[in-house]
Amino acid sequence: MPAVIFYLLGGTALAATLMCVTRRNPVHAVIYLVNALFALALMFYLLGAPLVAAWEVIIYAGAIMVLFLFIIMMLELSAEQHPSGPGWLRWGPVILLSLVLLGATLLILALDPKAAEPVPLFYVTPRKFARALFERYPLAVEIVSFQLLFAAVGAFYLGRTGSRKEEP
Amino acid sequence: MIVPFGHVLAFSAAMFLMGLACVLARRNIIMILIGVEIMLNAVGLTLVGASALWQDLDGQIFVLFIMAMTSAEVSISLALVVYLRRRKGTLTADAFDGMKG
Repeated sequence: MPAVIFYLLGGTALAATLMCVTRRNPVHAVIYLVNALFALALMFYLLGAPLVAAWEVIIYAGAIMVLFLFIIMMLELSAEQHPSGPGWLRWGPVILLSLVLLGATLLILALDPKAAEPVPLFYVTPRKFARALFERYPLAVEIVSFQLLFAAVGAFYLGRTGSRKEEP
Repeated sequence: MIVPFGHVLAFSAAMFLMGLACVLARRNIIMILIGVEIMLNAVGLTLVGASALWQDLDGQIFVLFIMAMTSAEVSISLALVVYLRRRKGTLTADAFDGMKG
């Protein structure tokens, strides 16, 4: 049964990605990409990575995609788009994909894949993950924190306004 | 491992190709960045699948580093998008040919 859910989620992720890359409106593309990321998070969970699944939702869908939406709306990139075709063609697919994802989530909740298998599946608890991360790769954690700091400084430098001579 | 590793590889390869097509075919810079995100997620799926195949969590740790790298990359690139929009008033990739590449 977990394999069936996995294939269902894979199909959902592929469909959402296909809809994402073919949209003209960037806002619609971001919404479909959020669907694909939720499907990917559930696949991560089924593959024994609950912590990575949580990050997929929190960091990718929660932070990065919201940043995309924020920039798109700040720059008013989709203001000149005119809707075409009937309304259900625009919001139908995303409702369908979301319902499939909701159903898959409830199915996973109903049958815990850890208990459904006779042999214990590979399942990385947050404790095991944290021990491996901080005991084996402490230097990499430091480097990543420096990278985030540099990215914040760079974004601030690029985004400042005024007091700079604009070249034509 | 609940599914064969080859199927996981097939899924992630299909997603990666869609992201690559998005990067190569679209003109809007925002859509190009979204294609990059799709490719990074496909790579993450491969890593988690490999981690489940070999019962080793190094793949999942690498996904964490990919996510940190992605958030840094997105913040820089979206700041660049705002800067380019302020400078040229458009986000079509063809408009930024100042280096005559």
